[in-house]
Amino acid sequence: MYNPFSLEGKTILITGASSGIGRGIAVECSKMGARVVLTGRNEERLNETFLSLTGHNHIQIIADLSNTENLTSLVEQCPQLDGFVSNAGIPKLMIVKYIQKESLEEIININTIAPILLTSALIKKKKLIKGGSIVFISSISGVNISTLGESSYSASKGAIHGFVKGAAIDLASQKIRVNSINPGLIETNILKLAGELFSEEQIKDKLKQYPLKRIGQPEDVAFAAIYLLSDAASWVTGASIVIDGGFTLA
Amino acid sequence: MDLNEFVKHFASQFDETPASEFVPTTVFKNLEEWSSLTALSVIAMVDEELDIRITGADIRNSSSIEDLFSTIQAK
Repeated sequence: MYNPFSLEGKTILITGASSGIGRGIAVECSKMGARVVLTGRNEERLNETFLSLTGHNHIQIIADLSNTENLTSLVEQCPQLDGFVSNAGIPKLMIVKYIQKESLEEIININTIAPILLTSALIKKKKLIKGGSIVFISSISGVNISTLGESSYSASKGAIHGFVKGAAIDLASQKIRVNSINPGLIETNILKLAGELFSEEQIKDKLKQYPLKRIGQPEDVAFAAIYLLSDAASWVTGASIVIDGGFTLA
Repeated sequence: MDLNEFVKHFASQFDETPASEFVPTTVFKNLEEWSSLTALSVIAMVDEELDIRITGADIRNSSSIEDLFSTIQAK
C-alpha cells in the first residue's frame, strides 16, 4: 500500500519515553513500523511503554540525561539512528519575583542543555545517518505565547526554538533535518500535576480558549512527529509545527 | 514563624492592598487584588520562607489567612 509516512526500517531514539507525549510518540512510531530506542529515568514506567509497543527488536535504556555519564553511556549504547525525538522535559511554575537559582538551573538543564548536548553527542559519534531527522518537542509556551508563572519554562523552550534553526543550518550538509513541534495543552501526567494547583473550573475555563474545544492527546503530537521523521518531510527543515487546537489563534 | 509574621508575609504579596487590611481573620479571596497571580505568590512565599509546599487545593480550602496558616502548620 502507498504510504509516504511509513517508518518501516527506521530506527528512532525517543527521550522522555516513560510517559505522556514521549510514550505516545513511541507507541505510534512502532505502529508505523519503526524500531524504537526508548529512554527515560523511571525504569518501571519506561518498561510500561516498552510493553505497549508494536513489533520487535525495540530497545530501552534507562538514563538521566542531566547526568553527563548517563548521557555518554546512552549515546554509546545507541544503534545507528534514522531519527531522534527529543521530548524529555519538565514543567515548573515560578513567578518572576520568586525565581530561585536552583529551580531555574534545573529547568534549563533538563529542558534546554541536556537536549542540546545529546544532539551534539549523537552527531559527533555519527549515530545519525545521512538523511536522518531530529524532532524537538518544544511548546507554544516561549515560542508563541506564555502564561502566568511560566517565564522560566518559556525561556527553556524558547531557547530550543532558536537551537532548532541553527542546528538545521549546521546539519544540512549531512542532509540531517531538524524541526520542532510546539504543542498546546496535552493530556498527560504533567497536566494532572497542574490539576493540584488549579481547580477543575480553571482548567475548564482554559479549554474554552481552545477553538477546537478539546484538550490535546499525545497522539495529536505523535502524528506530527511521524510526518517529520518520515521521508514525506525530506524537504522540511528548521520548521516548527504548532499543534494546539487553535489556541494561539484565539 | 508565628501567625502575625505570616500575616505580614502574606500581605507583602500584594501591591495595591494596604498592609493594614491584613489581619488573621481576613477572608483573602474577597480582596479585590486576589487573583491567580497572588495565589501563586503565596504558594512561592510559603515555599521560600517555610520550605513547605502547599497546593492550590490548600488555598481553595482556606477562607481566612488564619485557616491557611493552620493548614501549613499541619504539614
